[in-house]
Amino acid sequence: MISRFVRLDEQHRPRVTLQVNGQPVDALEGDTLMVALLTQSRHLRQSEFDSGLRAGFCLMAACQDCWVWTRQGERLRACSTPVSSGMDILTYQPEAAWPVHES
Amino acid sequence: MASSRILIVGAGPAGVRCAETLVRHGLRPTLIDENRRDGGQIYRRQPEGFQRDYRTLYGSEADKAKALHDSFDQLRPELDYYSDTSAWHLSGQRLYAHQQGRPLELDYDHLLLCTGATDRVMPVKGWQLAGTYSLGGAQIALKNQAVSIGHEVVFMGSGPLLYLVASQYLKAGANVAAVLDTSAFSKRLSALPKLLSRAPLTARGSLLLADLLRHGVSLHFGIRPLEVLGSTDSGVSAIRFARADGSVSEICCDALALGYHLRPETQLADLAGCAFQFDELSRQWLLQLDDLGRTSVPQVYAAGDGARIRGADAAERAGELAAIALLQDLNRATPELAARQQQLHSELAVLSRFAQGLSEAFPWPAQHAAQLSDDTIICRCEMISAGELRRTVQAKGALEVNRAKAFSRVGMGRCQGRYCAHVGAEVIAAASGEPLQVVGRQRGQAPVKPLPISLYAVEPTDPAPQESMQQPAPEVLS
Ligand SMILES: Cc1cc2nc3c(=O)[nH]c(=O)nc-3n(C[C@H](O)[C@H](O)[C@H](O)COP(=O)(O)OP(=O)(O)OC[C@H]3O[C@@H](n4cnc5c(N)ncnc54)[C@H](O)[C@@H]3O)c2cc1C
Ligand code: FES
Repeated sequence: MISRFVRLDEQHRPRVTLQVNGQPVDALEGDTLMVALLTQSRHLRQSEFDSGLRAGFCLMAACQDCWVWTRQGERLRACSTPVSSGMDILTYQPEAAWPVHES
Repeated sequence: MASSRILIVGAGPAGVRCAETLVRHGLRPTLIDENRRDGGQIYRRQPEGFQRDYRTLYGSEADKAKALHDSFDQLRPELDYYSDTSAWHLSGQRLYAHQQGRPLELDYDHLLLCTGATDRVMPVKGWQLAGTYSLGGAQIALKNQAVSIGHEVVFMGSGPLLYLVASQYLKAGANVAAVLDTSAFSKRLSALPKLLSRAPLTARGSLLLADLLRHGVSLHFGIRPLEVLGSTDSGVSAIRFARADGSVSEICCDALALGYHLRPETQLADLAGCAFQFDELSRQWLLQLDDLGRTSVPQVYAAGDGARIRGADAAERAGELAAIALLQDLNRATPELAARQQQLHSELAVLSRFAQGLSEAFPWPAQHAAQLSDDTIICRCEMISAGELRRTVQAKGALEVNRAKAFSRVGMGRCQGRYCAHVGAEVIAAASGEPLQVVGRQRGQAPVKPLPISLYAVEPTDPAPQESMQQPAPEVLS
């Protein structure tokens, strides 16, 4: 398993388990979804404009490059959303998604 | 007198000092910020449950960070504070925001914009690959989450933050593969008289540099970024750059932190109708302000990095000055305030001189925009290349940014132009031979931040201030 982010400190927090693409993933309480995902994998999502995979860019809620989905089809900004146990996350847009209205 | 409704956006150094001054004079402002906690960027607070102390988190700025956080904690009962709340529009003295998916509308008589800055980025071929982060983003990963953005990190760009964040990474135990600065070292020497207006800070900057060298970090000045190498499925694998002498080098890494100092966040001011002026030195459009922070629109004020990029110490003072302006406008001026204003102005004069020195020492490499190859992506959101933008200029004669945006879509993606509009303008200017100020400024448009999908399915809430809950519901975006 190749990760992108590397934990350097603060590793004694309680564990939380969430589902990512149907697989259980362990994270630490206080992690953002982005950190939970990128300490286990290299990417967050597929770019919708080319074949590239994306892993976020600004970490400060400004670029919107870090969107992932809940199983219900809601989009979440991974860099500013804290993990909670039982979350059910997809790194691809689910079939039965809401019609996406871009503004 | 009916009490005036005062709204402050941003709980960083500028917003907190502004609120504090107003409270001290008997007012009760409303303060909103999209972060979960106060502190803004530099003094960003880590989540509850994290243990690192102030020294570890903020280094030489630990005392200032603690002072600001303590001030905020004391102030807290005297404010209507909404955390986790993004402002996305304003119109007719009403600000539209959302807090965890709930709409929130706040009417105001006076608006203080303390919205801070985001990284100013110059694209490089391949920067869309996963593993490229903004320099500020790299710092947030460390400060807020205690992680490094990669196993081997290259820091590229220019500005004081480049060295600061690289050394913070080093201290925290991350692997720093290289620091690649586009500014020539000689620029630092010529800016020295201005930099010496804050000699201790300049000395600390030199210590950072010495520290990086001592740890064997590869340091290069006057470079030109050529390409981020890697693949669409595994992301960044190396950085290729030209050294000052023209020879080409590559450094292996799996992450890149990219940043060229900062650009002010001004979209809300734009929506409020505030006038801008072009700043030759930084090649940026800045808000037109009087010396206290009044914008061109009555009862709208701006302070901090969102107004002028002068750093955190200046942001605290500018926040206080904007509050003084507001108090004057409410006919609450006092001799004490006048004396304080004078003192703040003389302190700001020094800080401004230093900030100017930094801009000269670490110049924005505008010439690189002209040299970007046609296949370099300018808009990361929608994968629009420099070549496409140049063709728009040539084929459609679109010499003005807002027209070029309509044709090319550069600046229309999900970041709302934060990371590409300024570069798009440089590319258009270079391709057309027009000066940058003639090419113009991309207008801000609502929503300045994306809206939750559910937003207007529910009635706006009665604005009873709330902080976010301990375990907040996920933010749902559309
Ligand atoms: C990522 C980053 C890291 C930095 N690190 C350092 C550092 O280590 N050392 C240093 O000297 N300087 C640093 N700087 C510069 C430093 O941030 C500033 O000098 C200082 O924080 C400016 O204070 P401020 O109050 O003007 O803005 P900020 O501290 O940036 O605060 C602005 C606040 O406004 C909020 N905001 C903005 N837009 C909205 C909106 N639409 N809705 C709701 N809230 C909003 C933001 O969430 C933020 O909390 C950094 C800048 C950035 C962008
Ligand atoms: S990484 Fe930029 S918004 Fe999340």
